[in-house]
Amino acid sequence: MNPLLEPQLPADALLPLLVLVSSLVPGLVVFFLGEKRVRTRMLLNLGGAFLKLGLVAWMIWGVVHGQRYEVRLPLLDDLDLVLRVGALSLLFLVLSAGLWLVTTVYAVGYLEQAPHRSRFFGFFSLCVTATVGVAMAGNLLTFVLFFEMLTLTTYPLLVHRGTEAARQAGIVYLAHTVLAGVLLLAGTVWLYTLTGTLTFAPRGFVSEIADSHPGELTAIFALLIAGVGVKAALVPLHGWLPRAMVAPAPVSALLHAVAVVKAGAFGVVLIVYDVFGVEQAAELGLTGPLALVAGVTIVYGSLRALFQDDLKRRLAFSTVSQVSYIVLGVAIVGPLASVGGIVHLVHQGIMKITLFFCAGNLAETLGIHKISEMNGVGRRMPWTMGAFTIAALGMIGVPPIAGFISKWYLGLGALEAGVHWPLYVLTASSLLNAAYFLPILQAAWLREPDARWAEPMPGAQPSPIASWWSRPETRWLLLLPPLVTAALSLLLGLFASMPFSALEWSLLIAEREFYYP
Amino acid sequence: MPLDPSGPWWDGADWMLASVFVPLFGALSCFLLPRLVAALGLAAALLTTAATLALTLSVLDKGALKVQLGGWEAPLGILWRADGLSVALMAMTAAVGALVSLYAAAYFRDEVQQRAFFWPIWLILWAALNALFLSADLFNLYVTLELLGFAAVSLTALGGGAAALTGAIRYLLVSVLGSLSYLLGVALIYHGCGSLDIALAAPCVADAPAPAMQVAAGAMIAGLLLKTALFPFHFWLPPAHGSASAPVSALLSALVVKASFYLVLRLWLDLFGGGGRWLAELLGALGAVAVIWGSVLALRQERLKLLIAYSTVAQIGYLFMAFPLALAGSTVVWTAALYLALSHGLAKAAMFLSAGSLLRFGGHDRIAELDSVVHRLPLTLAAFALAGISIMGLPPSGGFIGKWLLLGEAFRQGRFLLAGVMLLGGALAAAYVFKVVGHAFRSAEREQRERAIPPSMEWSALILAVAAIVLGLMLPLISPLLRLSTASPGLAAALGGLA
Repeated sequence: MNPLLEPQLPADALLPLLVLVSSLVPGLVVFFLGEKRVRTRMLLNLGGAFLKLGLVAWMIWGVVHGQRYEVRLPLLDDLDLVLRVGALSLLFLVLSAGLWLVTTVYAVGYLEQAPHRSRFFGFFSLCVTATVGVAMAGNLLTFVLFFEMLTLTTYPLLVHRGTEAARQAGIVYLAHTVLAGVLLLAGTVWLYTLTGTLTFAPRGFVSEIADSHPGELTAIFALLIAGVGVKAALVPLHGWLPRAMVAPAPVSALLHAVAVVKAGAFGVVLIVYDVFGVEQAAELGLTGPLALVAGVTIVYGSLRALFQDDLKRRLAFSTVSQVSYIVLGVAIVGPLASVGGIVHLVHQGIMKITLFFCAGNLAETLGIHKISEMNGVGRRMPWTMGAFTIAALGMIGVPPIAGFISKWYLGLGALEAGVHWPLYVLTASSLLNAAYFLPILQAAWLREPDARWAEPMPGAQPSPIASWWSRPETRWLLLLPPLVTAALSLLLGLFASMPFSALEWSLLIAEREFYYP
Repeated sequence: MPLDPSGPWWDGADWMLASVFVPLFGALSCFLLPRLVAALGLAAALLTTAATLALTLSVLDKGALKVQLGGWEAPLGILWRADGLSVALMAMTAAVGALVSLYAAAYFRDEVQQRAFFWPIWLILWAALNALFLSADLFNLYVTLELLGFAAVSLTALGGGAAALTGAIRYLLVSVLGSLSYLLGVALIYHGCGSLDIALAAPCVADAPAPAMQVAAGAMIAGLLLKTALFPFHFWLPPAHGSASAPVSALLSALVVKASFYLVLRLWLDLFGGGGRWLAELLGALGAVAVIWGSVLALRQERLKLLIAYSTVAQIGYLFMAFPLALAGSTVVWTAALYLALSHGLAKAAMFLSAGSLLRFGGHDRIAELDSVVHRLPLTLAAFALAGISIMGLPPSGGFIGKWLLLGEAFRQGRFLLAGVMLLGGALAAAYVFKVVGHAFRSAEREQRERAIPPSMEWSALILAVAAIVLGLMLPLISPLLRLSTASPGLAAALGGLA
């Protein structure tokens, strides 16, 4: 990648804008569609999702060939809104564009008869627009813009059910995220008054004032990290996340895998790498406390997950824990740990979305919400539980599933950096992961099924294969997405060293951060 | 803007006259032909908007413009001048005015009595606003201020009913008191300097014996603060704005309080040469208290229109927080204040208009029971929420730009308390906006009396709200307007800070 290369075609320069528009326009149009126009709505949503994926693929090709994508829109006299695509943003772009497509398919199936579908899909698309905006932000101001947009567009999805519980969860969510937004804004403005620039740069842009303003920079770092840390569910800012599981399953899936939580983690990555520069941050003594927070979050989230009987709640606490792997990888300071953190951005997303899809399938098909009701469910819904099993094993870190790669690099990175306590954290967390996932698998596969749905469905053939085709365990639109993402998490682990795998991209990004002159 | 200046039929100065006399004649014809009142009113609103647009374009093209009424020079005759500051506020007035007119045409369609009075008084109010923004003479400003006050009070009383009348009477007393206080200051300046023209009086004000001029400044600014409803003079605003009919509330909150703020700013910069240190600090402190107090009270309201009215009290506070920040010689804060004023005008009008639609549709504006209403008026709710984005100061709205510039200056000067208040005000604004929006997603189906809402009412609110957000992206277009040279070097320097 040569950053000096100017865009060759004007059309290429507009690509980042097109990526935004490809979900913004369908979102806005969908708001005005009648409830009954299922086909048009689906066409718009899927069309937008495929278009976005295509555009992102085009940009990958371009970036590999040294193309540089940047769009500027003047906002303030000396500060522009900048959309820029580099290796790190592409990683997050691929994740959000890909999982948006899968989740759209799932949501179409999930909400088949639900009310307010136009509203739902409208905000759904806006939410993805905000996420890809976060991915492509070229400076901190642009990041703040899309980060706030994400807060606002997720809220309607979160409270979509319209129950009083949903409203309460929405209030908790807003109380957390709005205050976080205030802190983020404060840190951003303050930083701007000191540096006079907010443009993201490899190895950060604060080194010039690091010697003269260490105290201010520490305060700004705390403000910014707290600002994004709420969305990333860092303990003790995580309180909103377990309550947010009142949202419909596709929303939870998106929330935990791509949109909100992941945007927060991505924000941590950006702040440490592209604002402060990881070495500068370490010099200022900022990464140590961050690593500590991440370590505490990892263990605390896993411990809390252990005691939840509600499946989605257990998954939510698992997210609290797993997302902090990313933060930990960043905060250990070292190339290999960074690779582990960054690659987990993708791996955690794909595995966690699988788990939430499966949880949604259990709830939709059999009305199962609690782990204590899952006895023998593997026999009734083998494919769903198969996908669930792959993702859960991946979360524990069983090779060759994607989660193993992340943990491997995190561990290596800790050794390389010469610190040992992250290893203990990782081990403890993996044991805890096993302790809260394995009983689910054991119950689902080995216990006797519940009498209610133990018998074959009326009219079903005794032969499993034949009945499977004629009468799938649940609606196709619900079954396919988790199968696809489970396969992906297996493939990403198996072929981790192939070109264009998440791991290879992460190596590229870490190289840029640590070895670039 | 590539306008042809050689054309005989238009001249920047003529548009100045048109922007005042078109609504004035419109008002007269509304009185004379009460049957055609709505059509005449709309036509006059359209023409006034066009005149303001043309004036804006010619000021952008040629710089500040002057016109001498009757051809007499300044000390004898009346001088009008259109500079960037005036034109920016006139353009905002035209945008709000045009859309509120559109809304009002639908809103008052079935109320013959109210309709017959609304249009002429509103057009007089518009004429008074434009004249106020154009006047360069202290006594003329007094006349326009009085006219504005009476028109505003009459509009407040329009809705009838005990609440509206009480609000209007209180408003009337405040308005008269404010004008008198202002007039006292004008008399003192005339006595000391022998001139009422701002530009001519300014050097004399600077030289004259201090106490007299300090009293004059104090009296004029106190009178204007009363009219602007800066804390603790805000007591009259919520009852007046909360009880008036929706289009009127929108006009009062968006435009009328901005006029007296404009005057404070104009006098501060042009006449009193930046004011005194302690006065600036006092204004800033009052502004900060207003932000917190107004927001907290807004959050505690149970009725939507009162919530919006208290939000105005809070938002006015932001405007005054620019004064202490300007002491260090920063000029960008005036851009910030102006930006906040403009975006608040657009957003607050949108909020009151959407509140009016909700009130009309459901028959009440109790926030806790809005759920079944907002379900069926999605466009209106969208207008309210989008306006809320600007009020909260989230990017990329106009409110964000203003707040960003102010915040940056506060951090630069190390005034963390002011910065903290601004940030806290934003969080509180989010709380009261979502207090309303939260009900939109609750699926309570309750039977309610409802009246159909014409699309023009929904769309005019939505357009205003979108305009408040788009304003945030227009700084490159608007900044030349603020940079324009004016009659006074002080203001030119002040607003040139964005260069």
